[in-house]
Amino acid sequence: MSAKHNTPALKHHFEDLGQQHACERLGIWMFLATEILFFGGIFGAYTVYRYLYPHEFEVASSHLNRTIATINTIFLITSSLTMTLAIRAAKLGNKGELIRWLFVTAALATAFMVMKGFEYAEDFHEHYVPGRMFQDELKSARDEIAGKSEEDAKKHQFKPERQKWAKELAVQVNHKHVDPGKVQLFLCFYYIMTAIHGIHIIVGIGCILWVAWEAWRGTIPPENYSTVEVVSLYWHLVDAIWLFLMPLLYLTGAGYKH
Amino acid sequence: MSIAAPQGAPAAAPVPPEPGPLPVNYLNNGHSIWSWLFTVDHKRIGILYLVSISIFFVAGGIAAGIVRLNLLQSDGAIVSEDAYNRAFTAHGVMMLFFFLIPAVPAVFGNFFIPMMIGTKDLAFPKLNLASWYVFMLGAALAIWSVLVGGIDTGWTLYPPYSTRASQSNVIPGVLGVFISGFSSIMTGLNIMVTIHKMRAPGMTWSRLPLFVWSLYATSLIQLLATPVVAITLVLLMVERAWGVGIFDPSLGGDPLLFQHMFWFYSHPAVYIMILPGMGVISEVLTCFSRKNIFGYHAVAWSSMGIAVVGFLLWAHHMFVAGISFYAALLFSLLSMLVAVPSAIKVFNWTATLYRGSISFQAPMLFSIGFVVLFIIGGLTGLYLATLGTDIHLHDTYFVVAHFHFVMVGGMVMGYFAGLHYWWPKMTGRMYSDFWSRFAACVIVVGFFFTFIPQFVIGYHGMPRRYPNYPQEFQFFNVMSTAGAGVLGVGYLMPAVYLTLSLINGKRATANPWSATGLEWVSQSPPPIFNFDESKMPVVVCGPYEYSLGVDQMGRTLPDAPTGAPAELHEGTAADGHGPTSPAKQES
Repeated sequence: MSAKHNTPALKHHFEDLGQQHACERLGIWMFLATEILFFGGIFGAYTVYRYLYPHEFEVASSHLNRTIATINTIFLITSSLTMTLAIRAAKLGNKGELIRWLFVTAALATAFMVMKGFEYAEDFHEHYVPGRMFQDELKSARDEIAGKSEEDAKKHQFKPERQKWAKELAVQVNHKHVDPGKVQLFLCFYYIMTAIHGIHIIVGIGCILWVAWEAWRGTIPPENYSTVEVVSLYWHLVDAIWLFLMPLLYLTGAGYKH
Repeated sequence: MSIAAPQGAPAAAPVPPEPGPLPVNYLNNGHSIWSWLFTVDHKRIGILYLVSISIFFVAGGIAAGIVRLNLLQSDGAIVSEDAYNRAFTAHGVMMLFFFLIPAVPAVFGNFFIPMMIGTKDLAFPKLNLASWYVFMLGAALAIWSVLVGGIDTGWTLYPPYSTRASQSNVIPGVLGVFISGFSSIMTGLNIMVTIHKMRAPGMTWSRLPLFVWSLYATSLIQLLATPVVAITLVLLMVERAWGVGIFDPSLGGDPLLFQHMFWFYSHPAVYIMILPGMGVISEVLTCFSRKNIFGYHAVAWSSMGIAVVGFLLWAHHMFVAGISFYAALLFSLLSMLVAVPSAIKVFNWTATLYRGSISFQAPMLFSIGFVVLFIIGGLTGLYLATLGTDIHLHDTYFVVAHFHFVMVGGMVMGYFAGLHYWWPKMTGRMYSDFWSRFAACVIVVGFFFTFIPQFVIGYHGMPRRYPNYPQEFQFFNVMSTAGAGVLGVGYLMPAVYLTLSLINGKRATANPWSATGLEWVSQSPPPIFNFDESKMPVVVCGPYEYSLGVDQMGRTLPDAPTGAPAELHEGTAADGHGPTSPAKQES
């Protein structure tokens, strides 16, 4: 490496920092393209079934917890703002502020995951999980109202341990041609999509903390702020994907009257 | 095979004394195992890939051998029907995901893209090393799933059989393919960014060697198609693990959706496999006919055309699966359309050869084999793209023969052409001229005997993947198996003479083929940062100026390899390995 290029931020195989940053930026944009195709596959599959089974998807969606989802949406949108403020701090060379904003971002992301954890736990306690739990719960509810007319079934006093979703779904399955298999199909998409998104959030938290560590070590001088920018682009994508998941999963059944 | 034989025939003259120790290069810079396992040098990573995919090629070949041997008798000669299913699945998974997809991009792409565009390394060296580890992790899982019992679904993994009925190790195998897909994405991303941002001064887009263009098109597919199969395989694994009905029709799922999503990747994936081979052919044909490529821009843009159109015709694998007639019509039309850029390439290669000063070294023989076999494979593809004939030919050995003509006759020949073309640069050693030419001929002959009979029995209705067949097909099956034996011997020969060349091969000069690319500017094997660091290359002309006799830096080429190749390099071998020697003569 010749002397004139001898800045610590420059990696050995690049001509100058301009080339290095151009590579990093192009690389992350291409990576984002692969991410869009990755999620695009499952969004496509969701769309197919939403089109085939609109009624079941509404019914299934109406039992999800929209309060938590709304709070989480606020968390994520705010975290995108704080991430951008971190870039500004990095450009200005304000190390303390950079680390502070990165920590705020990581904290908001962690809060998202904690809320998501509570939501999963609630779904699990309600047996709103595709497979055995779902089928047993629904079967018990349907057994209670077996042979009753729709009016009677709606007025039926279920046993206290029956879950709210199972009571409503049992009536719909018996009298409104709702196919429980397709309700479970929606739940599959709900769990797979939110789980993959959650994995992306956790990876994002790791990356943000790594950048904070690098900043604390002093390896992110203002002329090398592209490290922060690269992580922020990833973070904004994760955020944007949530903005599509939220309406597809939670708001689909928001107006549904049981 | 005696060691004397390969050298005896052409090189009767005494071997000139080897010059002193080689200057520092990427191979002799560190010999420990860690210097390889933790290297971030794109050349060493290319070699790591070369060694690993060679192993997987042998593994896939053994599985193919079991399949062919079993078909010697109409009721199955050696293994049970269940084991037969596992053998052809292992063959498909191994060859497609762990040999064909990484073969040229990860070995020669890794090694030569930075050298051909005149830079020190790929844009992201650590990501490059990570891609090899990810690849090996995926391969280890896939091999483990084969060793502990195998998968019996076929490489296409169609549900609901793969999710509900199959009793084999679907999940570990699929997980292995899923993981190795990320290595493919990493390699593609790395190559694409490198081509965009790291070209040497003067290396404009229209001066890029066509190999670089073909790798650019390949990387585009790797980047945009692989994630879709990744999510598809996730859905498949979830369905199998938890018994939910994403693709299972009895639970409300749609099995056709899997086929659409699977082929959205796996059809473009065949262009991941063939495009890099086409790039190699453009390099070799120009070099060994001493001519500029005919229609540079047509060949370059046809690569991009194949990449783009290749995304739009996946459902031609599903003509009889129950898609709508109008969809089938459209996909049939689009499938025919992709023949246009492929034909442009073939016509341009042929026109390049026309009135060239052709010499028939091994890389050239492999390349001519590629062109011939690719023409047959490509034209038979049109039968399958036509709706009416496809109903007759679908899922028969006709498809198997077509596919192998393109993938083995095309891609594997292209891979061997590249291996023989660049071997002197990668290792600094020349291999046996006689044996390499002989092996190329054996491979072509063995190939014809293996796969021409399959066209016949396929046309007469023998379905693929069946272990049993009517008695009248036996003659052709025996012929095919015998051909496969010849083919196997043909593939073993390079393993022997290339290995021997490492031990006692003649030292290669910087530019043994008198080729024009930047990779031939530096010594063989190349130094650690590819070029003399004080004099990084500056490009002044196009990639194939053979008629002017200059390389891309505008310096006079060494003597062209016409006539007996053994006499070619002895004169120049002594005058050092330095890339600067022709320049010195000029100035």
